[in-house]
Amino acid sequence: MRLECTVNDEARSLDGVWEGESLLYVLRERLGLPGSKNACEQGECGSCSVYVDGILACSCLVSAGQVHGARVITVEGLAEGDELHPIQRAFVEAGAVQCGFCTPGFVMVTHDLLAREASPTEPEIREALAGNLCRCTGYQKIVDAVQLAAKMLEEE
Amino acid sequence: MEFLQPSDWQDALAAKAAFPDAVPVRGGTDVMVEMNFDRGRPAALLDLSHVKELGEWGRDDTDDTCVRIGAGVTYTRVLRELGTTVPGLAQAARTVGSPQIRNRGTIGGNLGAASPAGDCHPVLLAADAVYEVESAARGVRRIGADEFYLGPKRNSLDADELIRAIVVRATDTGQQFAKIGTRNAMVIAACSFAVAINREVRSVRTGIGSAGPTPLRAPEAETYLTDMMTQGELWEGGRLPDADVLKRFGDLVAGAARPIDDVRATAAYRRHSLRVMARRTATWALRQSC
Ligand SMILES: Cc1cc2nc3c(=O)[nH]c(=O)nc-3n(C[C@H](O)[C@H](O)[C@H](O)COP(=O)(O)OP(=O)(O)OC[C@H]3O[C@@H](n4cnc5c(N)ncnc54)[C@H](O)[C@@H]3O)c2cc1C
Ligand code: FES
Ligand code: FES
Repeated sequence: MRLECTVNDEARSLDGVWEGESLLYVLRERLGLPGSKNACEQGECGSCSVYVDGILACSCLVSAGQVHGARVITVEGLAEGDELHPIQRAFVEAGAVQCGFCTPGFVMVTHDLLAREASPTEPEIREALAGNLCRCTGYQKIVDAVQLAAKMLEEE
Repeated sequence: MEFLQPSDWQDALAAKAAFPDAVPVRGGTDVMVEMNFDRGRPAALLDLSHVKELGEWGRDDTDDTCVRIGAGVTYTRVLRELGTTVPGLAQAARTVGSPQIRNRGTIGGNLGAASPAGDCHPVLLAADAVYEVESAARGVRRIGADEFYLGPKRNSLDADELIRAIVVRATDTGQQFAKIGTRNAMVIAACSFAVAINREVRSVRTGIGSAGPTPLRAPEAETYLTDMMTQGELWEGGRLPDADVLKRFGDLVAGAARPIDDVRATAAYRRHSLRVMARRTATWALRQSC
């Protein structure tokens, strides 16, 4: 099929896409956007999280055919040029990044959470992050990063 | 592989009639896992994403005490929009996967997959829900939740049928759902249980998940608690049944299960946890509606 959609506000058109391949595959292998990570391809790890028409989803579980005409935002779409998004800065400052493999997914869920709830409680944060796995940090620094990001966004 | 993308419900039914082998997909949270792992490359995918009707819910036309919920309504929306209309279903929705899974996973997808561990089933069995399915050739058919499940991952849909909606009595009380697993999030039930107590019509109904080849009810437990409520004149509220009545209810639920040992739990643990969940959820449901 010819797949047409917008990715990070840019209209994209791709030929020869198989409708059944995952959006994650399209992003990484066809569009050269490796920010969304592939760690499980079964919805368990959250490292491939992106917005599809404004709704946070695991891109590994959305088929290419389903995003024809859709608006996709990936982690690459958050920063403004070289300027990191405040959530990304908060992750760096809080020490929430070790190997960094899980970070794009956590940044995306944090973005989604803070858009709905500007100052979430710790249980709310843990609930929002429940679909994302990190094998390095033990999660506490990630929770700290979300709290710091909330504060930074409030001050902006 | 054919990729069919109907833009409305009539188109979807026509497509399913023309390609009975086509695998419907809405949220994709079951279908895409299969595809990613090459377990199933269907001859055709029938993408229901654009069928707007499936995402709608409202009062049922034929019975205004009921709500009719489109098969494509996601768990996130059940949680946000239906918490005081079908509280048991909202409780179950809250335990599904993760926010990302709940954002795309749908009730219809859960019914389509018909996994004995699916979290909608116990609640819908307990709530006496009816499933509305439709085909281009034969029109609408309403199937009671009791008749829908045929075996592990098998339901009573015909090849040319799609699931349109579920129809269930609207209530803000008397329903409870509980689920056992290794974590609070992202867990397929080791087993689960739902109860719905309707004081108006004086009924008790149950649903057992992940402890049999299909979701099950516990008819003896239902009859027992109903009789005890009547004998004790407890339907009007004010008092709860005695502790040993609730305990016996739990025992009867455990007895109705047909669990096996598998990776998620042993049969014995499933029975034990059902006994406890049944007693607790019945207590909560009765107390809440007292
Ligand atoms: C990480 C992860 C965690 C999960 N956790 C849970 C959990 O905790 N509890 C739980 O119950 N499930 C869980 N699931 C399974 C899944 O999310 C649910 O079964 C969900 O309800 C499926 O909905 P969907 O719209 O994504 O289905 P899809 O994948 O689109 O479809 C599922 C099945 O239903 C059929 N189908 C879909 N819509 C229709 C229709 N309208 N008419 C006819 N057939 C239809 C499809 O052909 C397919 O067979 C999990 C899945 C993942 C990946
Ligand atoms: S790669 Fe999509 S959730 Fe793990
Ligand atoms: S930082 Fe390594 S997996 Fe999270």
